[in-house]
Amino acid sequence: MSPRKKILRKVLSPPLIKGFKPYGRESGKRNLEPVNLLYEEYEALRLSDYDILNHHQASEIMGVSRPTFTRIYASALQKIASAFVEGRQISIEGGKVYFDSDWYQCDQCLCNFNNPEREKEIKNCPLCGSNQIKRYNFGSPTKNSGKNNCIDTLVCPDCGFEQALVNEGVYNEQVCPKCKSIMKRKKIYNC
Amino acid sequence: MKIAISSTGNSLDSPIDPRFGRCCYFVIYDTEDKTIDFIPNPNKNAEEKAGSASVQLMASKAISKIISGEFGLKIKSNLDSLKIQMIILKEPETKIKDIIEILNKTNY
Repeated sequence: MSPRKKILRKVLSPPLIKGFKPYGRESGKRNLEPVNLLYEEYEALRLSDYDILNHHQASEIMGVSRPTFTRIYASALQKIASAFVEGRQISIEGGKVYFDSDWYQCDQCLCNFNNPEREKEIKNCPLCGSNQIKRYNFGSPTKNSGKNNCIDTLVCPDCGFEQALVNEGVYNEQVCPKCKSIMKRKKIYNC
Repeated sequence: MKIAISSTGNSLDSPIDPRFGRCCYFVIYDTEDKTIDFIPNPNKNAEEKAGSASVQLMASKAISKIISGEFGLKIKSNLDSLKIQMIILKEPETKIKDIIEILNKTNY
């Protein structure tokens, strides 16, 4: 059986450098494989020991559970320790991560958009091209916006009870109020 | 550059679909040769994983921007890692031809 798929970990700020090299007389003599520190392990170390957050807070930032965060952090410490003791290089690359993107709002056409490329700064709205854009904090407003127009309904597979979908994110955890079985999204054929 | 717009119908007069994963049609507009393609969404009636299947469809067509009414929680991270820009347009009455007109005015 294949292992369970890892969920994507959110990385807020990617590392400035690609890795570390040891120096000293012995460092160049042995050609050892570098230790591969993953992006998520770097981020775990940064949140936990540089930003001084506890594992619970840091796990929420990275979008993983607290035990998973602790495992990532433990693996980071173990890799760094082995690099220090054995005098190996550290290369920071790879990992199952995504980089969080910034969100903007355009005042002209009232659209929201994100910047998927962190290196480039966005100055104009990608839709209407106006420069009246401002940073937009994506928090609670997304929960209500746009959802009112959705015609999705939930249907109970056992008794056929129908209910409008209230919160899109949790549709597969809602139970039928009549027969207590888990409800499914109703198929829509009207278009 | 290719831009995808979620649409409720297969004509230029149809309004934008507020959903991304389960929209009826994807309109793919090429800003270079000004071609407009309508693709019926194969994941329209999917019970689950409609969003991620639609993201894969978009990635296979080399789309760089997606305009839709709303994006689901799960696919925001997928689109971020694929470096596809999301544009959320909150007005459900906007027609496809209006959006293409605005895109034409913007110089790319």
